[in-house]
Amino acid sequence: MEIFLTYLKVFAVGGAFCLVGQILINTTKITSARILVGYLLGGVLLETVGVFKYIRNFAKAGATVPIIGFGSSLAKGAIEGTLENGLLGAVTGGIEAVSAGIAAVIFIAFIVGLLAKSKTK
Amino acid sequence: MMKASTHIFEKGVFIEDTATIVGPKEKAGPVGKYFDKHFDDDILGQPSYEKAEIKMHVSLIKYLMNKTKHDPKDVDLCISGDLLDEIMGTSLTMREFDIPFLGAYNACATFAECLITGAMFLTTGKFKRIICSTSSHFSTAERQYRFPLELGNQRTPLAQWTVTGAGGTMLNNTGGKVRLTSCTIGQVVDYGVKDANDMGACMAPAAKTTLSKHLRELGVSPDYYDLILTGDLGEAGSRLLKRLMSEEGIPLGDNYNDCGVLIFNRVAQDVGQGGSGAACSSTVFNGYVYKKMLSGEFKRVLLVPTGALCSKTSILQGESIPGIAHAVSFEVV
Amino acid sequence: MNAPNEKYLELVHGKMPKSKHIATMFRAFWTGGTICAIGQAFTDLYSSLPYDLPEDDVSALTTITLILITAILTGFGVYDKIGAYAGAGSIVPITGFANSVVSSAIEHKREGVVLGLCANMFSVAGPVIVFGISSSIVVGIIVLIFKGAFI
Repeated sequence: MEIFLTYLKVFAVGGAFCLVGQILINTTKITSARILVGYLLGGVLLETVGVFKYIRNFAKAGATVPIIGFGSSLAKGAIEGTLENGLLGAVTGGIEAVSAGIAAVIFIAFIVGLLAKSKTK
Repeated sequence: MMKASTHIFEKGVFIEDTATIVGPKEKAGPVGKYFDKHFDDDILGQPSYEKAEIKMHVSLIKYLMNKTKHDPKDVDLCISGDLLDEIMGTSLTMREFDIPFLGAYNACATFAECLITGAMFLTTGKFKRIICSTSSHFSTAERQYRFPLELGNQRTPLAQWTVTGAGGTMLNNTGGKVRLTSCTIGQVVDYGVKDANDMGACMAPAAKTTLSKHLRELGVSPDYYDLILTGDLGEAGSRLLKRLMSEEGIPLGDNYNDCGVLIFNRVAQDVGQGGSGAACSSTVFNGYVYKKMLSGEFKRVLLVPTGALCSKTSILQGESIPGIAHAVSFEVV
Repeated sequence: MNAPNEKYLELVHGKMPKSKHIATMFRAFWTGGTICAIGQAFTDLYSSLPYDLPEDDVSALTTITLILITAILTGFGVYDKIGAYAGAGSIVPITGFANSVVSSAIEHKREGVVLGLCANMFSVAGPVIVFGISSSIVVGIIVLIFKGAFI
């Protein structure tokens, strides 16, 4: 029962983030790159003011899988890095926290790009 | 006193024959059976879509010469264009032929520009036979003007679908079943529309300007033509044009249609507002309209290809998108 | 002659066909929610492994898994079809970011590996990296100045 509730929360919160994105697309004709940047900055802001950890505790992957979670990881890394290492930590903290994701995306995109062909819709 | 933009071709300019090649989606559309040739795989066994578009254009011109039983040496000039940067597709197409070449670009109105230039050359009497052709390809246009093909984003409801195909007309000054009677060279009209997905709205004012000029300068009403066909305004753009024409005091009747609306089944084929692209008007005219003129269904036709003159750079720099439209009228001899 | 025609722009705006709000929002909601639930499933799977991974590693592994799945779906030409159906539902999750990188890489391969694929890989998603890293450094500097508030 508890696991069902967890997944329900994940589904509902993750879905809600996407729903808001869809409203933005429908009403402002915004492109996907802008949506991604907007959500990312939202995540950075929410993490910095200390709100995001409550959302994360509540919704788990529903908060971390949307790109907003990527933003929060960046900000979280920057905050922790700065508190540990000062100015150098401020510079490296953010990218350190998301390094796995960025490295993976670059490498995987490189390999898939070499192998795949684009298809007409 | 407005200077006249309409020229009447006193000396005969005739269509010797036409040819069209389209992709699978166009073949499956409502006017699919009027196209001469089609292919089932829109990459045509080439390593890239650009190469596929070039191959398509090359085979179109070869086919047109076969059909009319002419050698390249019989053709005095080729006036062609497409949508790729620096009309690269057409330029590479033309290296296959020993024919003098003039490249044309007026976005999706290129076909009209080709016809008008060709007809003017023929009236000088120094040219005998001219090929006018355009090509476009969904996959090359999509990546150039929009996003990568595999990017998972939704097409906006106003978007249009670039026609994959090529259409060509062989013009001569000796004789044919259909004659070019007049043309109106349009001017760039910009009402300030900035939405690159709403091409119909960008081009409708240009279509209105050219169309009303044409009708006024010839002193005829829209009923004079059996068919008035705009290039690729799409469904929404056509409605806008009708509205603008009514405001001008020249309401368009049932004889008005749009190539972009004709070529696809808009809802079933999920193409947004309809077809677009340099090949939209050239395939619909050279396929559907020309054959209907031969069969006698249409006697007088006015073709008004429309173009949205934008580039990716101009849109990113916040420029509005100007439109252009040229009108060419045809009559069964 | 070619000044913006306000009356016409108003007409264009008014006659614009509306997106089907309810349908697209519903699709975005359920696909987005499902992608997050799949992410949660991987998180649970990696946490239950006998290696006793720390939470950060689990979340990094989950991200990598989702990126890998997206890349494969993009490579086979499936993700763009999901995207056409789901809209924001497949853009907002991290999978949308991965898709925009992989799709650009595939698209530009024909201009060569170095100047095509590699140079254009971030042509869509580049702003995310630039804004992400820049904003994290800004946050770091803010923390440096107002240290007290963050301890």
